[in-house]
Amino acid sequence: MNEAQRFPDKDPDDDLGESKQRKQASGPEEAGEPEGTWEDGFGDTAAGADAMSGGNDDGRHPTSGPPPDQPPRIPLPRASVEDTGRPLPALADLGDPAPRDPAPRAAAPLVLEHRVLKALLGAWALAACSPEETAAVEEHLGDCGACADEARRLREAVGLLHPAESLDLDPALRARVLQGCLERRPPRIPVPEWASPYDAETARLDALLQDFGDAEWHAPVRLRWFEKDEPTSRRTTVAGVIAHLLTVDGLVAVALGLEDPMGEVAADRPTPAARTDAYWRASHFPPTRAVRAPWREQTHALVRTVAFTGGAGDAGGGAAGKLAVPYGDFELPLHDAMLDRAFECWVHAEDIADAVDYPYEPPSGSDLHQMVGLAARLLPTVLSARRRAGLAAPPPGRHLVPAGEPGRSLRLEIEGSGGGEWLIPLDSPAAVGSAEHEVAHVALDGAEFCRLAAGHVSPAEAAAGQVGDRAAIRDVLLAAASLSRM
Amino acid sequence: MAKKDAPPRWDRKMQQRLARGEAAALGELYDRFASLVHGLAHTVLGDERAADHVTRDVFAHVWEHPDGYDPKQGPLRSWVATLTHRLAVQRLRATETAALARDGGQGSSEELERKVRHASVAARADYIVQSMPVPLRAALELAYFQRRDYRQTAADLGVTEDEARRRLRLGLQLLSTAHDAGAAPGAPPGYGGAA
Repeated sequence: MNEAQRFPDKDPDDDLGESKQRKQASGPEEAGEPEGTWEDGFGDTAAGADAMSGGNDDGRHPTSGPPPDQPPRIPLPRASVEDTGRPLPALADLGDPAPRDPAPRAAAPLVLEHRVLKALLGAWALAACSPEETAAVEEHLGDCGACADEARRLREAVGLLHPAESLDLDPALRARVLQGCLERRPPRIPVPEWASPYDAETARLDALLQDFGDAEWHAPVRLRWFEKDEPTSRRTTVAGVIAHLLTVDGLVAVALGLEDPMGEVAADRPTPAARTDAYWRASHFPPTRAVRAPWREQTHALVRTVAFTGGAGDAGGGAAGKLAVPYGDFELPLHDAMLDRAFECWVHAEDIADAVDYPYEPPSGSDLHQMVGLAARLLPTVLSARRRAGLAAPPPGRHLVPAGEPGRSLRLEIEGSGGGEWLIPLDSPAAVGSAEHEVAHVALDGAEFCRLAAGHVSPAEAAAGQVGDRAAIRDVLLAAASLSRM
Repeated sequence: MAKKDAPPRWDRKMQQRLARGEAAALGELYDRFASLVHGLAHTVLGDERAADHVTRDVFAHVWEHPDGYDPKQGPLRSWVATLTHRLAVQRLRATETAALARDGGQGSSEELERKVRHASVAARADYIVQSMPVPLRAALELAYFQRRDYRQTAADLGVTEDEARRRLRLGLQLLSTAHDAGAAPGAPPGYGGAA
């Protein structure tokens, strides 16, 4: 990623980036909304100022320098502009037709005319004028009632400015508020239970990104996972992680018939890693904060779409219940894919939070419970695949449990909020976990188990209480780590 | 960054989806407006828990009465802001009145009204700052918070000095309208867009 060095911190979309440091209720795209409320040329302001053109008559005015982006078409000598001064057409009333000497004169007080002084009132109220200008304005206020009135108003307005308190909303508030609403008026189109962790996790991550400046967006992040039972990692940036989430969530989007966020970019394989790689490579610039909006739009579109198509999928009825999301090397039923994406969203949000040194909490208990449940459901299949590949021990003695019959099982006990117990059949994905055939018992904290399944801790290091068949425990922990991927 | 759903289309669609009873729309509504709502409520009430309550009430109201919003009257955002203001001031009144009663009638209702008016102006001012065009806000930010004079502000923003002065004056003019609606308690106008 050598582009990263060529474009270290410059974000093309972010010329006014400093304003984004403020707490904002919503994106700057809404900034122009109050247009028309205030009559005094407010609408013009939004348009003119956005264009950075200065609006009025730049280049013809004797300002202390031409606007950098728009040199005068005919570079008139300064003196002659000042001579002609007044007759220039279309002077807005905030304009500045008077000649002005940029060099402050030490002795003689500045003499400026009413229009110039009026135009200075805002700067004056903010104490952002030169001492000479300040003195000239203040002298004028004694003589001019209109300016004095405005000056008072503007001064009072300054008193209303205060630093934005950076108050982070409690992420748990979202769930409480939504829950309260839905109890008062039950939804006709609910968000399926298996999609709500994704809804919650994407909202949490988006809130984390809210106040990020360029430094955070380009902070280095190391993605870590297990491959062939060895820890692997890949370097990217915060924006690169969001691009990764965008492209992999895109697998679900495509399965649902939504637009592929990859657009024209072709991946050589339809796997999460290949798609991410292709997306990263296809861009001339490293990803920037600009990736946030498409990522967030897609997350909302996914939740909305599964609510419409997948509501009945819970019970296995309905078309969506059968809908599978292909990941290239394997596929997951839609509801498991949404849990998988929720899990990935949380894991990578934690990667991002680590990279920028923000605190980040685990998901709510009920969401975590669903995510652990997904891992527990996947383990038997992964175990049998690993066994076929020679990566896990063959079942001892009697084997081949008939489908639907109880088989040798490992009890997975997850502690803490969102915890529970799962019986993992060891010898066949088709077997049923059975307490009578329990051969081992592993106990872990929920977040620790998820870190294991995310490939962030190795099976050897995972703080797990273990009783029983050593080989079975080792196989299950390795299989859990092998669930991780880029 | 091209926005597919710039208001007011977004507003109208959101209203339809809420009316249809789409829980996913409620989530999106929250994601877009929660920090606005909570921030305004917090400015009025000065208390985290109370602001949480108002946030809950505002979203519940919108969810239960999506038809109360009329897109012709202005953006959804200003409707939500006005609603927040009303509920927050109601709550402030109730809390303060209860406090007055508890403390044995000390303090006058004038004082209460002054407090309410002050909180209303502060909340409107915050809303105006958040909603003003980004170039104006950026100019105020530099001149006020970073203590740049208007020439430095102009240089920082890459605009002429004329333009910098114009933005500072216009920004403050907008902000000063926060005082205007203060006289009419109960009806909190000033959340732009209803022109």
